[in-house]
Amino acid sequence: MRSFTTLEGIVAPLEDLNVDTDQIIPKQFLKRIEKTGFGKFLFYDWRYLPNGKLNPDFEMNHPRYKEASILLAKENFGCGSSREHAPWALDDYGIKCLLAPSFADIFYNNCFNNGILPIVLDYPLIEELFKNVRQIEDFRLSIDLPNQRIKKPDGKTISFDIDSFRKHCLVNGLDPIGLTLEHEEKITEYEKEHGIL
Amino acid sequence: MALKKNIYEKIWDMHLVYEEPGRDAIIYIDTHFVHEVTSPQAFESLRLSKRSVRRPQKTFATMDHNVPTSDRSAPIKDVLSKKQIETLRNNCHEFDVTLFDMDTIQSGIVHIIGPELGITHPGATIVCGDSHTSTHGAFGALAFGIGTSEVEHVLATQTLTQKKSKTFEIRINGKRPSGVTAKDVILAVIGKIGTAGATGYVVEYTGEVIRDFNLEERMTVCNMSIEAGARAGLISPDDKTCDYLKERKYIPQDETWEKLTSKWKNFASDEGAVYDKTMELFVDQLEPQITWGTTPEQVTSINGSTPDLSRIKDPNKRKAVKKALQYMGLNENMPLKGLKVDRVFIGSCTNSRMSDLREASKVVKGYKTHSTVNAMVVPGSQSVKKMAEEEGLDKIFKEAGFDWRESGCSMCLGMNPDQLRAEERCASTSNRNFEGRQGKGGRTHLVSPVMAAAAAIKGSFVDIREWKYK
Repeated sequence: MRSFTTLEGIVAPLEDLNVDTDQIIPKQFLKRIEKTGFGKFLFYDWRYLPNGKLNPDFEMNHPRYKEASILLAKENFGCGSSREHAPWALDDYGIKCLLAPSFADIFYNNCFNNGILPIVLDYPLIEELFKNVRQIEDFRLSIDLPNQRIKKPDGKTISFDIDSFRKHCLVNGLDPIGLTLEHEEKITEYEKEHGIL
Repeated sequence: MALKKNIYEKIWDMHLVYEEPGRDAIIYIDTHFVHEVTSPQAFESLRLSKRSVRRPQKTFATMDHNVPTSDRSAPIKDVLSKKQIETLRNNCHEFDVTLFDMDTIQSGIVHIIGPELGITHPGATIVCGDSHTSTHGAFGALAFGIGTSEVEHVLATQTLTQKKSKTFEIRINGKRPSGVTAKDVILAVIGKIGTAGATGYVVEYTGEVIRDFNLEERMTVCNMSIEAGARAGLISPDDKTCDYLKERKYIPQDETWEKLTSKWKNFASDEGAVYDKTMELFVDQLEPQITWGTTPEQVTSINGSTPDLSRIKDPNKRKAVKKALQYMGLNENMPLKGLKVDRVFIGSCTNSRMSDLREASKVVKGYKTHSTVNAMVVPGSQSVKKMAEEEGLDKIFKEAGFDWRESGCSMCLGMNPDQLRAEERCASTSNRNFEGRQGKGGRTHLVSPVMAAAAAIKGSFVDIREWKYK
């Protein structure tokens, strides 16, 4: 798996609450059998007008957010379906880190399995970042996962919590299946004990 | 005296393979369901890393999301859907996984056929690359949705790494009024705690109303646990659970029924077991529920109205409600009773089992669908379809003007041709009213099967408690 250590990038805001995975990647794009190429369909129904042109009212479409690699979101981001196409689409579009007051459970797991870092921050901090991103053109954040710190352009830092094992896996780009298979003899033992052949 | 444990703790302890400080536990997965949409990349990745399926006999596959619900013998027109379905077929063949192919009587929505075939049973750990896997929790199984990377992990190792969840007891008590169904109960729970109200928790539903529900009703409740953000939702097994499973095809044959059921019932939470969080809902005054917005927590009773924006203090929430109302083509303070519908969908893993179809058919019997309504019934599985036809339910629906379809996920998510057009308003028995879920621009109102059936007849939402059954 791809590792995540540090990232410096432009932040794009997404105002909505409870953004569900149907919005992140609508169902008509789930028919592909590959993991790649989903970026152009990200937020499809919001991002494009019926005539296929970019929707100027969708904030992420503003030219200043074009190169964004960090998405600033609101509570319960990624709720709904378990489709891993959602992080695949974010990743393919260029989003490598998400900041929100809360994430839905399955989506949160899926991010880690794709080398994307979802960071949970207190609501007031998120609100402040929303203000910053709109006031300051080219607003960038530096994310430092090993030190669990986010640096703002004015030099101020925000520290964040993350489960130490998840951090370890992400920083080192560890393959979860490989990690589990290090304990294969335990699985075999369990199967023997439970009469599973 | 032994420590009192709840069902989640019992299943967790029983399935713990390996644990060490500072990392997630490895838990054994008894049953893995796969479908065509979230599995191709997992199989492909397995192939690329030269890994195999560790225990192929523990994985069961079917195609449900993409399949047309029209004539099964006709070729699938959508090239991508066809390819995805064929890919599943090939993967199952290559990796020796049991497939219930779409032309067999065993096929259907994965969460309907698991219990139907007796693959689902109490005390088991069950996963699937689908968030509504929580449905199987109705049998006292720990069942939850996973992403495609985890599908691959389960295929390769027959385990998952997990952090132990907190537990949340939701007690449903009181006397359930007639016309108030399992769907109304779970919608009311979601309305009360919100779409993230159970995030980080495994929910156990308890109380006299749950005990009184049959297994199909329990499945409706557990199915929507994810709509409150829960990792899983389960119900302690009892005699009803065992009776439902008796003589089903995949029930273990290596021990006596008495021994097996006593083992199953031992998974039930101990009297006095504790939970990290508890809430209670009394249903005595509960009315039939209907969603008005674009998330399942935006729900009220049939005699309720859309919210008054000026009364929502949180500006973020006010903005979200305003956006939802706009999408739904509704105004604030608008009564829901009498709201006109264009489409009616009776189906999905939430409400497409025999009892759902039976109850809906009683409403429909002797009536015709409203002239402006296009209504369809999509049975949850081919076996439900067959059973319903043997009981003559198909005739009741067809005579009333409903479309009677082959099984599948259908318009719950509209991956196949069954979709809403923009601005069409739908009374749906499914589980998600997200923007565009049933078709771009479509407007979904989640209701119970009887409420949906009545809306099809009247052409607008009515209070099922006032229905004149013929």
